[in-house]
Amino acid sequence: MKAARLLACVIVVAVCALSLGARWLAPAGYAHQFREAADAPPSHQHLLGTDEVGRDRFARVLYGTRISLLLAPAAALVSTALAALVGGLARYLGGIWLKLARAFTDLFLSLPWLFLLITVRALLPLNVSPLTSVLITFLILGLLGWAQSARVLSTSADALRNSDFVLQARASGLHGPRLFLIHVLPNLKPVLYAQFWISIPVFILSEANLGVLGLGVAEPLPSWGSLLRELEGLISFREEPWRLVPLLLLIVVMTSFQILLSNEEVTA
Amino acid sequence: MLLRRIARHLISIAALVLLGGLISATLVRLAPGFDTDERELDPSLNAESIRALHAERAGESNVLHFYAAYLRGALHGDLGTSHSLGQPVQNLLRERWPVTLRVAGIGLLLGWLLASTLAFGVRLSPRPAFEITGTTLSGTFLCIPAAVLALASVIFNSPGYLAIALIVFPKIYRYARNLLAKSYALPHITAARARGIGELRILIWHVLPVVGPQLIALGGITISIALGASIPVESLCGLPGIGQLAWQAALSRDLPLLVNLTILVTLVTLLANSSADVMIHILKPKQA
Amino acid sequence: MIGRHTGLSRSNLSFRAPLGLSFRARRGISCTVALAFVLTLSAFAQTGGELHFCLRSEPKTFDPLLVDDDSSLSIRYLTGGVLARVNRHTQELEPELAESWKVSKDGKQITFKLRHGVHFSDGTPFAADDVAFTINRLMDPSVHSPVGDAFRTGAGTVAVKVLATDQVSITFPAAVVGLERQFDEVAIMSAHSPKKEAAVLGPFMVAEYKAGSSIRLEHNPYYWKKDSQGRRLPYLDAILIDIQPNRDVEMLRFKRGELDLINVLDTDYFDRLGSTSPQLVHDAGPSLDSDFMWFNQVATAPIPEYKRAWFRSANFRRAVSEAINRDDLARIVYNGHAQPAVGPVSPANRFWFNSKLKPEAHSPQAALERLKADGFHLQNGILLDKNGNPVEFSIVTNAGSKPRERMSVLIQEDLGKIGIKVNLVPLDFPSLMERILQKFNYEAAMLGFRNVDLDPNGQMNIWLSSAENHGWNPQQKAPATAWEAEIDKLMQAQASTSDLKKRKEAFDRVQEIVYEQAPFIYLINQNALSAVSSSVAGANPGILYPQTFWNAERLTLTGTATAKR
Repeated sequence: MKAARLLACVIVVAVCALSLGARWLAPAGYAHQFREAADAPPSHQHLLGTDEVGRDRFARVLYGTRISLLLAPAAALVSTALAALVGGLARYLGGIWLKLARAFTDLFLSLPWLFLLITVRALLPLNVSPLTSVLITFLILGLLGWAQSARVLSTSADALRNSDFVLQARASGLHGPRLFLIHVLPNLKPVLYAQFWISIPVFILSEANLGVLGLGVAEPLPSWGSLLRELEGLISFREEPWRLVPLLLLIVVMTSFQILLSNEEVTA
Repeated sequence: MLLRRIARHLISIAALVLLGGLISATLVRLAPGFDTDERELDPSLNAESIRALHAERAGESNVLHFYAAYLRGALHGDLGTSHSLGQPVQNLLRERWPVTLRVAGIGLLLGWLLASTLAFGVRLSPRPAFEITGTTLSGTFLCIPAAVLALASVIFNSPGYLAIALIVFPKIYRYARNLLAKSYALPHITAARARGIGELRILIWHVLPVVGPQLIALGGITISIALGASIPVESLCGLPGIGQLAWQAALSRDLPLLVNLTILVTLVTLLANSSADVMIHILKPKQA
Repeated sequence: MIGRHTGLSRSNLSFRAPLGLSFRARRGISCTVALAFVLTLSAFAQTGGELHFCLRSEPKTFDPLLVDDDSSLSIRYLTGGVLARVNRHTQELEPELAESWKVSKDGKQITFKLRHGVHFSDGTPFAADDVAFTINRLMDPSVHSPVGDAFRTGAGTVAVKVLATDQVSITFPAAVVGLERQFDEVAIMSAHSPKKEAAVLGPFMVAEYKAGSSIRLEHNPYYWKKDSQGRRLPYLDAILIDIQPNRDVEMLRFKRGELDLINVLDTDYFDRLGSTSPQLVHDAGPSLDSDFMWFNQVATAPIPEYKRAWFRSANFRRAVSEAINRDDLARIVYNGHAQPAVGPVSPANRFWFNSKLKPEAHSPQAALERLKADGFHLQNGILLDKNGNPVEFSIVTNAGSKPRERMSVLIQEDLGKIGIKVNLVPLDFPSLMERILQKFNYEAAMLGFRNVDLDPNGQMNIWLSSAENHGWNPQQKAPATAWEAEIDKLMQAQASTSDLKKRKEAFDRVQEIVYEQAPFIYLINQNALSAVSSSVAGANPGILYPQTFWNAERLTLTGTATAKR
């Protein structure tokens, strides 16, 4: 697996480097519309062709990578932290906190958040800068995405509460938050890492769905979510296979992440 | 003891379900555009008719009144009438829940089957084939939007439950794989191996008891994930289930329908998670 | 040659192919035998079959008098019987349940002579008191029928008099413009049938309704219309309508042969399908629909005062209109299946369109000149107003319309070229409506206008400054500007006379004013694109709704194998 880890590392670094070098690799930019060449197949000037309004797809993939690859993991971190807090800590504290946290988590999973999101959009000003819209979008995703793993974390923390080393740590005088941070949290790693890894593509895709409510990344900024939405109109993949490149890229990057993270998840 | 626990669970479920219904009614009511109607844009309607359109929704403007009236009706078996479909909600639910049960249920089972095979295979087999397959497949399907998977199942004429299975399995696989990896790294497993106990026995007697509760809790969660996935899958594949209904209701801000659907989903989620809790509790004494 | 269809469910394509083969095999045997066979068939065979297509949304009502959305309209069109029907192809009014009619000189009264021997779908006979019942219900203010509202031009009650079992006269309190044409939308209901609104006079009747999924219509055995050879219409046995909002799925199913027609086809799919099977797609030319945008001019809107000042300036609006490249919109978003729009009436509406007007020419330089006149100036590529505020505004539109989303991206770039920063905000429809109809917390908006009526009188509630649908500044107590006051006068003028020449003069002037003042910036008129499978015979897609099945009673399904798709 060592070779695989090396390859994964190279891929992630390469993708980051490419996206950072977007200005030199795709000087036309993500917004410029080559109106004479809309929906064009790949060529010298446009390595991945152009989209339906003539924007260079390669440039959009590079710039979109910056946004999505930076912010989706950040949002995933937020949601994982929240999950750890609500699920792990509450279970660890037990008693009334546990009951409240469980009830809160279960309700959270079932409510139609769509309407809260619509309300959030209504409360925001219409003229937010694209950067602000991006930040708000991913923040919302982070704040709403924690519930699923909180439940599993809660059960994991349950198992740990009465485990040997925790009892031992308690006996040696360690209490409360320090005990949680030093001994319990690291043992929740498997679930936390799984949650983190799953959240990244889920958030990337959800960002595109938020666009329907006016909350996604604002035009003309590209994001992987919006690039992947292009796939929805693709009835015959054979005719325009280059449109699949963003998806393939995402799959490759996510798989690389998975390989890189796999060691961390196991060590205690 | 067990009965008391179950009873406590049921009471808290009932309370939470009622609370959930009220919160969702409030969310829908407060969201902008609640009392607008597409028909207002029709230039042939005069002012009076538009006023009448607004008056139709007057009964729902106070959430508490609406909810109280709804609960009163529900006690008599009347779940209200859907605005957008013009039919009693209980008829709609009765017709549609078997479809969702079938599609989401089979999808979930398939997803668990696939994920478990791969996750346990990683542990039981020395060859890296399982790990590679698991990593690639779960990575791939996690990155494909649900709508695209649903469209693909329309293109390839494959059943809807397959799309749900593919949406659900990557999440199960990743958790399961990590939990198993972690359990196998525990010292007493190494000790058991050193004592010469076979892999299968180690799995059943030493690993599963540790990992089991968490997998059961995961099972509860996957039910919500499957229900969520059924919304795009049913809508795009034209399956007349609850998911299709939910989408229709959300688009038209159909309050009676949305409240009922939330209550249904909350009930199912809570029952699933509570059953998981109860099962874990039952299994716990078996742990040494 | 009329093929014989087995009448089996459409989902199984394999049943049609063998039948087609057997026909060809017989023709191979002997011409005479085949001819005799065919003649026999056409004499005795009932061409049946089930037509299958999709509607994009759930019909909101099956009550013909309350119909207000496309899907309910489709159901009413297929099941309702009307006194007179506008032929969707020739645009002329033709007799249906009424053999003839007479409109009084003052435009207030119409007398119909009804057809004999007509029955509702449950056998109940049709007579004048059914018409009276329908009209009374239509005009009942508590029913709030949108069709009824179109007749309500003046205060007072409508008097319906049954003169004989086959003659009825209706007197309105005030003149109704285009009176007889309005009856195209009045489906006659039964006064006596126990089935109430389920008893219909149209070619089909609702047989099965699966809420949220599908509607099945079956042929009305009592339908009065016969074809030129005396055969009972409709030719079809049934129509199966699925509810499928997703256009990609609809297209997939059409390609697979599960659907027989797509009433409104997306440009992308038109081109894709047309490249492989050009005989399946139809471009009926420019439709009556348009896409347009406008600026919020409401005095109390929660927008900054300086922005309101921009939006209220005709120069600003005309400049924005000049900066938009409509040719690109038509070319890139619609692949040439659209043309730049001029005003509220599409050139397809030959009589009412003011042919002196031409689409606004694209000229960023001219736009900047115009803006200079209002004190705007460019600084470092950013347009500033006379007080130094950078020109920036948002356009709200409804998410889910791909053409509109693409057009807004093109417009964002066009306006960027003259230094204006545009923020695009796609919203869900109810939120959008709340902003533009109730709270007015928006700056600019983009929507499409689906025009079903050729007569501009149907747009009264858009052009009157006191009306709800006066987009940019609805429900004014008194006209806010001189030009809006002039439009009010002109619209009232065209509504108060039945002299077509005078009406056209008035409405031509309205179109001119709209052009000069640009309260709505019209973008493009899209073409009416549709797809019809080769197994459907008799289809003649047009531009008026319903484009492909307006002659549903004469459509047939052939039994021959479908052409390669």
